[in-house]
Amino acid sequence: MDKFKKNVEAFREFGRGFMRMLRELGESIVKGSPMTKVSMVIFGFAHILRKQFLRGFTFLVGELALLWMIFGFGWKYISKFSSLGNSSGGYNPDGTISYGDNSFFILLYGILVILAFIALLILWSMSLRDSYRCEKRLAVGKKLPTNKEDWHSLFDKNFAQTLLTLPVIGIFVFTVLPILFMICIAFTNYDKNHTPPSALFTWVGLENFKKILDFGGTGLGPTFFRVLGWTLCWAFFATFLNYFLGMGVAILINRQGIKFKKLWRTILVMTIAVPQIVSLLYIGKLFAADGLINLFLMNHGIIDRAIPFWTNANYARVLIILINLWVGIPYMMLIATGLLMNIPADLYESARIDGANSFQMFRKITLPYMLFVTGPFLLTSFTGNLNNFNVIYLLSKGQPKSMSLSDGAGATDLLVTWLYTVTVTNNDYKIAAVIGIMVFIVTAVISLVVYGMLPSVKDEEGFQ
Amino acid sequence: MSRKKKIGNFFTYIVLILISIVWLFPFVGLVLQSFRSYVTEFGGMVGYLVPKKFSLDSYIYLFSGECKFIRWYLNTLIIAFFVTAGQTVVVVCVSYALSRMRFAGRNFLMRTWLILGMFPGFLTMICLYFLLKLLGLTQAGAVPGLILIGIASSGMGYYVCKGYFDTIPKSLDEAARIDGATRAQILISMIVPLSKPIIIYTALVAFMAPWCDYVFASYVAFGHSNSYNVAVSLQNWVWTNDYQGFFTRFCAGGILVAIPVTILFMCLQKYYVEGVTGGAVKG
Repeated sequence: MDKFKKNVEAFREFGRGFMRMLRELGESIVKGSPMTKVSMVIFGFAHILRKQFLRGFTFLVGELALLWMIFGFGWKYISKFSSLGNSSGGYNPDGTISYGDNSFFILLYGILVILAFIALLILWSMSLRDSYRCEKRLAVGKKLPTNKEDWHSLFDKNFAQTLLTLPVIGIFVFTVLPILFMICIAFTNYDKNHTPPSALFTWVGLENFKKILDFGGTGLGPTFFRVLGWTLCWAFFATFLNYFLGMGVAILINRQGIKFKKLWRTILVMTIAVPQIVSLLYIGKLFAADGLINLFLMNHGIIDRAIPFWTNANYARVLIILINLWVGIPYMMLIATGLLMNIPADLYESARIDGANSFQMFRKITLPYMLFVTGPFLLTSFTGNLNNFNVIYLLSKGQPKSMSLSDGAGATDLLVTWLYTVTVTNNDYKIAAVIGIMVFIVTAVISLVVYGMLPSVKDEEGFQ
Repeated sequence: MSRKKKIGNFFTYIVLILISIVWLFPFVGLVLQSFRSYVTEFGGMVGYLVPKKFSLDSYIYLFSGECKFIRWYLNTLIIAFFVTAGQTVVVVCVSYALSRMRFAGRNFLMRTWLILGMFPGFLTMICLYFLLKLLGLTQAGAVPGLILIGIASSGMGYYVCKGYFDTIPKSLDEAARIDGATRAQILISMIVPLSKPIIIYTALVAFMAPWCDYVFASYVAFGHSNSYNVAVSLQNWVWTNDYQGFFTRFCAGGILVAIPVTILFMCLQKYYVEGVTGGAVKG
């Protein structure tokens, strides 16, 4: 509940800040000097006249760059945004090739232009408000910061901006823009039959979402929900089995009187150290029909036929969860070892005097403490496992395939590995985009619901 | 020590020894099978572990120029090196700004990044491919392209590092500011030296990732074998239809990949443990 209130409060705060900004903006437009009013068209004009060259030229150059992006470069794309292009390329009657519209770039650059327009608005408001603020300072007889002071503030008062500019631009271009693009793709018919530059794709509304939730005919409903079911089931086992067994191993190693503690830990940590591409590919092949284990058992007459580890859906699922223990236990063991040492020894001492046995002590002292401290970790590792591409892909590639699953999905496919297959093998980008949005929804819902239930969030002082 | 405890410890040792065998078995198998000759014995998978005759044929193959393994290895090293350097710098900068400074839009930024992190990474693969292609960084230019992708969005992974910065008392900053130090000086001459463990952790994690990057590397370098990294080649060797001939080569290649990474990791294990434990508790 508290968390909810906090979120509402954050939104209100954001709203208040926004209103304040709008008020200031209005005031600047109405009460600003003529110089400031010229700045509404030529950003930074007033700054430059006041000899604040650093600020003024930053605003001006920013404006020119954004205007060029919108009108010089992006106009021919954004003007076709509503249809994503209408002339596909091809051979002319005289045998020459004519290039038509490219829906891909129309969409990508269209989004870029819309974002550039928003950036232009923000820059406009920043330049205007800052100019007005400077005027007010001058009016009460205060001095304006010089160019040199402005420059120095970038390493002191405004150091955060200096530090964050490049990372934010990087995230913007290589994460935000692609995600917005793919969200748009989910509403188009972009697939291998509609691949630019030879063919166009266009908006289709909610068609793809209907298809993935549709249980009849060619709908992907049955496949989607079975893959989703296995994804949740996998994430549950992968998270909690690793958690408890990893804790168990940590407790075993931590036992009084056990020697070579460091050796045992090092052996387990090898799993984290060796790149998974090497270890998991090798282990995957150990269990292949012609792999070491099957051949060994057959050579010694223990079995007649190879055990179908990877070709039987249920075997494959269980095996993947078991092999994931090999990957996950060492990791949890490391975390648990550090935390177990934080539990005050006198708690155990007094429990022992009261006659508690080891199991009771584990249940009443160790487990509540660990669950309390590692609650957020459990949540992140659950959502991490929902998207655990490496383990699934390196071991089974999502196979075995099954007649009851369509669109390239296999019995051990998670939503993310299915997404990968759909993108790379089927080139069915529109469905891949929808799957991606579904993964986002599942992750977001689980995070929101569970986060509110965590004891360490509900009751921060509870255990102390 | 009581009798009961001795028995308990005895069983604990047995369990630990069993665990060690299970955990070490794949590595032992990998090493042994890499010494099996594909010329005189068999290059595929067999039902026994110890090769009949010790041979370096698979290793010779990797270095002989019959395949571009050395090239792929260097590609991976280059990618790993630059990604490590770039990512560490970016993460430290972002963490410092978010941990120490309060500015308009700070909460907005953190919330947006949290939400962005919930989208699966492979969703944007095709879009990233075309963005790189526009810059000419695919196929022949895949190595710088992969470096760019590796660094570009790394600011979102600030959690662990910021958590560590938060534990450094703010009073230190204030004292330095009274002495006239700027924020930039504080970061470089105070916070960075104090955060050595977490910076090493960040660098180590960044260094390990490119060795496993099969998916994106194969997509970006598609059809241009000079730009492959080791992950792509290992994956190809295992999953080609005639992997039978390539299995021992995969083992040998895997060993060569694993040795430096493992040694580095083991040397820096202390810092890794610190980072992982700190990150787990902070969530």
